[in-house]
Amino acid sequence: MKMELIQPFINSADAVLSQGLHCTTSIGNLSMEEETYRRKGVAAMVWLSGDIEGRIIFDLDPETAVRVASRLAGAELPESDELVRETACELANQIIGNAVTALNDQGFHFRVHPPVLHTSEEGTRGNEDTEALVMCFETDSGTVFMNVALRYNRRRLADHAAAAGN
Amino acid sequence: MEQFAPVRRSKDGQPIRYLIVDDSVFARKNLARMVESFGGQVASEAGDGMTAITEYDRTNPDIVLMDITMPQMEGIEAAEKIVLAHPEARIVMVSSVGYQENIVAALQRGARHFVQKPVKPEVLYEVIKYVLGEDGAVAHVAGAGA
Repeated sequence: MKMELIQPFINSADAVLSQGLHCTTSIGNLSMEEETYRRKGVAAMVWLSGDIEGRIIFDLDPETAVRVASRLAGAELPESDELVRETACELANQIIGNAVTALNDQGFHFRVHPPVLHTSEEGTRGNEDTEALVMCFETDSGTVFMNVALRYNRRRLADHAAAAGN
Repeated sequence: MEQFAPVRRSKDGQPIRYLIVDDSVFARKNLARMVESFGGQVASEAGDGMTAITEYDRTNPDIVLMDITMPQMEGIEAAEKIVLAHPEARIVMVSSVGYQENIVAALQRGARHFVQKPVKPEVLYEVIKYVLGEDGAVAHVAGAGA
């Protein structure tokens, strides 16, 4: 997977987490996913379609989600399943939205679909076209996992190339 | 959460009434806490564009805070429909997707301003004062500062 596709998501996750949680973040393990994706806690998934397509998953355990939600809200929030789910989705929404903004500024156009909860224990594994990069962000509130599987849309690339050749 | 000098309606001194539109309950509650810290009231909430139109007609709020990426009907389309029916509507788009194309599309269809998520309360506060213009007034709190 091209690093130029991934970098905006890393930058955005770092900015949103450090700003929202008022802490410094560090990137922990970073690896290409070789096995099928296995959910670690509560996972929110966002699909992109357009010049770049694929999906990004944010995954965090329920205790971390409650601490993150409380930091984002500026008040202690009681744990509930809904709060945990909402936190995963909103975090995904904010991080991906900011990354997409940066990619759009580079000339890529695509549609961001609303986050959905990834409820199954396992997901499809990456392939040659769509390898998945897995990384974790260590924060004061706990660990947030990001799993990115994106690729250029070949048809659109061909369209662009044809247009440039004309 | 930080408290701000309350912003009131100039014409009657009443709190500003907000319609908050976002498919995330968490985001709506966060925005609700912010506008309450500005002295405002939440007139209603909606989780998608279709409901936003209905709720606008029902509650006639002073300001709408509208997300963009939502199921059923997205925020820009909902904003356009609200402004067509209510040209006086003050709609502020609040979204994490802040690229220029989106902002221009929203403003062309009648939105008054754009705030990018994660929302900073002090930024939203200034945007709300700007969008209200002369229809809003910062109330002086007795005993607060010089």
